[in-house]
Amino acid sequence: MITAAMVWEWVIKSVIICLAMTIGFAYVTLYERKVLARIQVRVGPNRAGPWGSLQPLADAVKLIFKEELTPATADKKIFFIAPIITVLPMLVITAVIPWGESVTLGSKTFNLYLTDSNIATLYLMAVTSISVYGITLAGWSSNNKYALMGGLRSTAQMISYELALGLSFVGPIMLAGSMSILDIVHAQSKIWFVFFQPAGFLLFFVASLAEVNRAPFDMPEAEQELTAGYHAEYSGMKFALFFMAEYGKMIAVSMIGASLFLGGFLSPVGFLSNIPVIGFLFGNGPHWLLLKVAAWLFVMIWIRATWPRIRYDRLMALGWKIMFPIGLLNVVITAIVIVLVGG
Amino acid sequence: MSLGLIFMYSALALVVVVSGIGLITSRNAIYAALFLVLNFVTVALLYIALGAPFIALAQVTVYAGSIMVLFLFVIMLLGAEQLPIAEPLRGQRVLGILLAVAFLAEMVLFVLLRGAPTVAGQAVSPDFSTPTTIGMLLFERYLLPFEMTAGVLLAATVGAIFMTRQPRPDRKGALPAMPEESKE
Repeated sequence: MITAAMVWEWVIKSVIICLAMTIGFAYVTLYERKVLARIQVRVGPNRAGPWGSLQPLADAVKLIFKEELTPATADKKIFFIAPIITVLPMLVITAVIPWGESVTLGSKTFNLYLTDSNIATLYLMAVTSISVYGITLAGWSSNNKYALMGGLRSTAQMISYELALGLSFVGPIMLAGSMSILDIVHAQSKIWFVFFQPAGFLLFFVASLAEVNRAPFDMPEAEQELTAGYHAEYSGMKFALFFMAEYGKMIAVSMIGASLFLGGFLSPVGFLSNIPVIGFLFGNGPHWLLLKVAAWLFVMIWIRATWPRIRYDRLMALGWKIMFPIGLLNVVITAIVIVLVGG
Repeated sequence: MSLGLIFMYSALALVVVVSGIGLITSRNAIYAALFLVLNFVTVALLYIALGAPFIALAQVTVYAGSIMVLFLFVIMLLGAEQLPIAEPLRGQRVLGILLAVAFLAEMVLFVLLRGAPTVAGQAVSPDFSTPTTIGMLLFERYLLPFEMTAGVLLAATVGAIFMTRQPRPDRKGALPAMPEESKE
């Protein structure tokens, strides 16, 4: 039975998730700029606040006060809602990712997840597949040939890599015998799935880079060919929403990857959790998920700093002729091994 | 049924109907496609309300997330946003209205004339919509239809690849004669 207390708990958790994604987005931009600067032997933003820690706030203030332009020939309605459609999936996608087991405050126990659904991975697929609309519509409604090309490219790219992404989910699902992310995380309490599923892990990693349009797959916004791609005509807060969606999706795929392959919130050094006072740092909890997400984001930024963009036809060939067959093969081999070994 | 439930189902039904009407009345193909997406997503919400989240999310992933994205892609690629004002099929409006009236009459007759259900509705177990149950049903009880559907889809895929095949030049470097393009 649904009680008012449960509804309040859901509302508060949802607000926390949305806030975490927005604040996370702000600081991932700073993280990226700092890491890129270090890789290029620069200092990076260091004026606003200590170590540049108030830089995201300064950026936000700047973007809010910028003038917003709408092209005269644009389709006004769709031009307006496209950034909103782009941001929504990124805000809701992490709803099924558990942050931890549960905490007890006073006499009440709170689960550290919004929902533990038996179709959680399908939910992830559904939200990912919806998230392409915003970009496509933004490109079309701008009535600009470069923006349209960017939108079309990203549609083709996301459809192609969604297959590999979906197939890479199947490995952990079969190993855990469940589509719930909480069950998948618990099934990794002895060995992380990255060691059982190296091919699946690589597939997920490459496909997720393509899915969030990051280098070396940042084809939709290839500056040299397409000015800025699908958001060429956007300015001010509308542009900020696209920016937010891109970085929020980076956090989301890092959380999904960490939960599916790297043990999620489980601690790799759980045997140390009996140490007094500081033992909780070595136990399971959200801080381990945060650490894994930070490491994952670092690798994504590292790749952006060091790899050239791959050519568009190569990108499609990689998706259809290499990643898709490997994904199918991985599913078949995993299934046969599970049947032979007996789970 | 409680008042809240009636309100929720009515609201969802209203969105479904209005987006359906929007789909057939908008003269811009992009808007029509977006109305259809809204329709699919709202129907998925109805599935969730009926306790079948697996079907709901499969509907969103397949219809809204893949098929309609491809539709939008093709519309944008061909620049076919503006639908023609003149209708290519004459008399389809009259026929449509006639069929709609017939369908409405059928529904009214059905509601008026139906008696008590002859077979009592079976209670479904709470796990009827879990992925495990659906998978078991698909691969045990309905294996033949499932595999036949797979065969049909495979044939369609092979056909699509065959149609986009590039003609290979022969040894002298001349392209073979292309099959005559079908004229509309």
